[in-house]
Amino acid sequence: MGAAELRNREQELAQFQLRIGIAAAIVLAAFALLAARFFFLQVVQHEVYRAKAEENRIAIVPVTPNRGLIVDRNGAVIARNYSGYTLEIFPGRVESVERTIDELAALIEIQPRDRARFRKLLQETRNAESLPIRTRLSDEEVAKFAANRFRYQGVEIKARLFRQYPYGEVASHVIGYMGRVNQEDQERFAAEGNDANYRGTDTIGKWGVEASYEQELHGTTGFEQVEIDAAGRGIRTLSRTAPVSGNDVTLTLDIRLQRVAEAALGERRGALVAIEPSTGGVLALVSKPGFDPNLFVDGIDPQYWAELNSSPDKPLNNRAISGLYPPGSTFKPFMALAALQLGKRTARYSFVDPGYFYFGGRRFRDSKPGGHGTVDLHKSIVVSSDVYYYQLANDMGIEAIAGFMRHFGFGSLTGIELAGEAAGVLPSPEWKMKRFRRPADQRWYPGETISIGIGQGYNSYTPIQLALATATLANGGTMYKPRLVAHVDRPRGGGRRYVEPVVAHKAPVRADYVELVKRAMADVNKEGTGARAFAGAQYTSGGKTGTAQVIAIKQNEKYDESKVAERLRDHSLFIAFAPVESPRIALAVIVENGGFGARAAAPIARTVLDYFLLGKLPAGMGAAAEDDYAGREGND
Amino acid sequence: MELARLPLRRVAWRLAEGIDQTLIVLLVSLSMLGLAALFSAAYQNPARLVSQLGNLGVAVVAMWCVAQIPPQTLMRFAVPAYAVALGLLVAVALFGDVVNGARRWLNVGVGRFQPSEMMKLALPLMLAWYFHRNESTLRLRNFAIAALLLAVPVALILRQPDLGTAALVAAAGFFVIFFAGISWKVLGGLALAFLVSLFPMWGMLHDYQRRRVLTLLDPTQDPLGAGYHIIQSTIAVGSGGVSGKGWLNGTQAHLEFIPERDTDFIFAVYSEEFGLVGNIVLLVLYALLIGRGLVIAANAATVFSRLLAGSVSLMFFTYAFVNMGMVSGILPVVGVPLPFLSYGGTALLTLFLGAGILMSVNRHRTLVQT
Repeated sequence: MGAAELRNREQELAQFQLRIGIAAAIVLAAFALLAARFFFLQVVQHEVYRAKAEENRIAIVPVTPNRGLIVDRNGAVIARNYSGYTLEIFPGRVESVERTIDELAALIEIQPRDRARFRKLLQETRNAESLPIRTRLSDEEVAKFAANRFRYQGVEIKARLFRQYPYGEVASHVIGYMGRVNQEDQERFAAEGNDANYRGTDTIGKWGVEASYEQELHGTTGFEQVEIDAAGRGIRTLSRTAPVSGNDVTLTLDIRLQRVAEAALGERRGALVAIEPSTGGVLALVSKPGFDPNLFVDGIDPQYWAELNSSPDKPLNNRAISGLYPPGSTFKPFMALAALQLGKRTARYSFVDPGYFYFGGRRFRDSKPGGHGTVDLHKSIVVSSDVYYYQLANDMGIEAIAGFMRHFGFGSLTGIELAGEAAGVLPSPEWKMKRFRRPADQRWYPGETISIGIGQGYNSYTPIQLALATATLANGGTMYKPRLVAHVDRPRGGGRRYVEPVVAHKAPVRADYVELVKRAMADVNKEGTGARAFAGAQYTSGGKTGTAQVIAIKQNEKYDESKVAERLRDHSLFIAFAPVESPRIALAVIVENGGFGARAAAPIARTVLDYFLLGKLPAGMGAAAEDDYAGREGND
Repeated sequence: MELARLPLRRVAWRLAEGIDQTLIVLLVSLSMLGLAALFSAAYQNPARLVSQLGNLGVAVVAMWCVAQIPPQTLMRFAVPAYAVALGLLVAVALFGDVVNGARRWLNVGVGRFQPSEMMKLALPLMLAWYFHRNESTLRLRNFAIAALLLAVPVALILRQPDLGTAALVAAAGFFVIFFAGISWKVLGGLALAFLVSLFPMWGMLHDYQRRRVLTLLDPTQDPLGAGYHIIQSTIAVGSGGVSGKGWLNGTQAHLEFIPERDTDFIFAVYSEEFGLVGNIVLLVLYALLIGRGLVIAANAATVFSRLLAGSVSLMFFTYAFVNMGMVSGILPVVGVPLPFLSYGGTALLTLFLGAGILMSVNRHRTLVQT
């Protein structure tokens, strides 16, 4: 080993050791940097991060209360909850919703309508954390997804309570339906300061009693302070404020009566409202066609929604409270009472009916050519004379008619606890003034008063107004505000609050006049226009038929049913109450385009009264159907 | 009794021979801290602990074996080890299994392993051997060849893609070249070239790699995506405070806010529970470990052993610095474990083999000089 080489080696070693020193310095500098970073995070910024860690840790999780039940007057459950599984997508956590759905479709059946519904939900609800792509998963589907869960980021199975309506379409317009909480609802919650109570609630009553009694049914949302992990899964509950279930709402409605009434109307369009005269409790409220509220529960399928909306039958319209119809001859008993009360007629006054009434060069026809012979007040109701009422209306004048009819609620909102009620039109000069713009249209012409007398012309009322007027008449002039709810119960025996009957108005009518009219109406069902429908009834009842024109018929032209398009045919109406001595039920029926009142509407009224008073089911609705209901009662 | 005890003591003595006491104390301390943090991170699930103890056992035995082998013998493994590792990397590129979008694993029947891990030691071995062989005639050309020996495996690992391992392998190789005495001018020129090449390299990076770099600059831009790891681990570290939340009391870690909390992010768990005090203890332990390694390198007998020891020491540093830097949010998130603390058999094996090399170098420093 030469000296030069040795020196060279030493030099190399020295150089290496220098570099070792440099490396050591770099290591120390780097560690000093780390130490500085730790100092910054753990001392300087410690409070900030401590708070953040705490925020991470605790989540306030709303605990959705059970929605209250809706029960009929006999305790039959007509809206209940059941728990089911939904497959929910968190739109914020997936890259592409469509792709996620495609991937899910490989595992679980997803129909085009599920996609369509999901898209609709996505549009409507912007703030929602998760939205269901599939509802009502079978146990098998739940298991299948659970096994493959890791493959689907942002998709979870949720157990949720669903609303269920065991009676399906029956009473759909009373119950209404539920829908997803949308932007509008959220804004309303915020305005009402109710948003906290609706955290965690994703469906809300949109229509019917579900909507009107939303506050009672919803309950109070509970809250849990939950320690959560990064995936949002709860690890343990730190504190809990239990939710308070919604109150159960008991209706005055008799669901079996309702079902009988709906079956009696069958496939025809129309409405029926039955009221307990002494309380105003609504016993049945039918609007046909209806819809199945079950289909709204988890977000309605857009196709079904479109069908409902575009159908010419307008199944979503609640005809019972918003359908406007001329009352036709069902108006006559009230006209008769007005005549007696206002002294325009006596019971004894009679005239020979020629079958027409001339006024101002116009000829007003009676439906019976040649007239009804000698007609007094009683007979005018029993045979439904038009001419009697043409004359009467002319004698009374429009102001007096409108003034009197107001006492029976015609043309006013009844105040039923359902949204969308129409007021209708009680014609009067003032109304015309307001209704029309052109001065020529604003004037009331005396000729217009004539047809008002037989319930035609501008007369336009809802079935519930007609039923309420009948109930008021049956009740001797005392009008109870119609209502659907009998009482509201706190869950688990927490107390009951009755909805007391409210006298809305007392019509200034003499009892003996009311008796006269009621007796005439009783004879309608015994020997008059309602006799055929009420043949052999084992109870007393009062009634009045009505036929409302849909199209105006030219003078001297005869209305020929066979020549008129189906939807232009006359509406068939019937009002009734029973028993006559102490009425327990008063009702109004309308069958759209049903023709003569005696033919279409009266038999429906008979069926309903038979069931209500005698418990007699119509043919074709056997005891089996009755048992079927019994089996469906109760909540699960 | 006497007779029975004597050979036993002798056997123990013989076994302990070549085990550097300073190093073993430091390694045991670090491993104990690692087990404590792991126990907490694994929800006090003893199975994880037992498994890691097994890994430690295997790694310690491997370390002991390497410590017994003189550096001259180790040198013989340099070329074959490098060749095999390179061959396996090529095999991975051709037939490797894809896990989480990266082709890193090679299925060898009984299980899978990452050849890139092997390269962490094979490359410094190879380069140290290369410089040792050309000791007397070192020219710029040799450094160029060394750079090529480094670049090929690093490029293969980058392609997998595995940014973290590539960086570690490149660093291990670079340390050898640095200690071999590459001139400062060349080094400066290379640094400049590296900076310039950053721009085309940016284009070569995968999207997720770019995102990691970008979110490092501003993690809040993507709090639930790529920035999530950094934000959550920073919260864990910061919320630990001076003294920490106490062992097993870290809320961030226990609530699964820390991803990969028993492997690459175990430092977040440790730091949250033991605070600044614990961090300083850890830094001191690492500094002592690295310092001991550098001292061993400085006193090493041959070029091969000193280059290898220097590189291994700085490898410990790279692991520790990159990992802690990433968890505390000053370095991008790359897959680098915290040395001796993170769960995982492969990393432990590599690290303890490194420690074994240091021990071997230290033990045989005088033997050669004579």
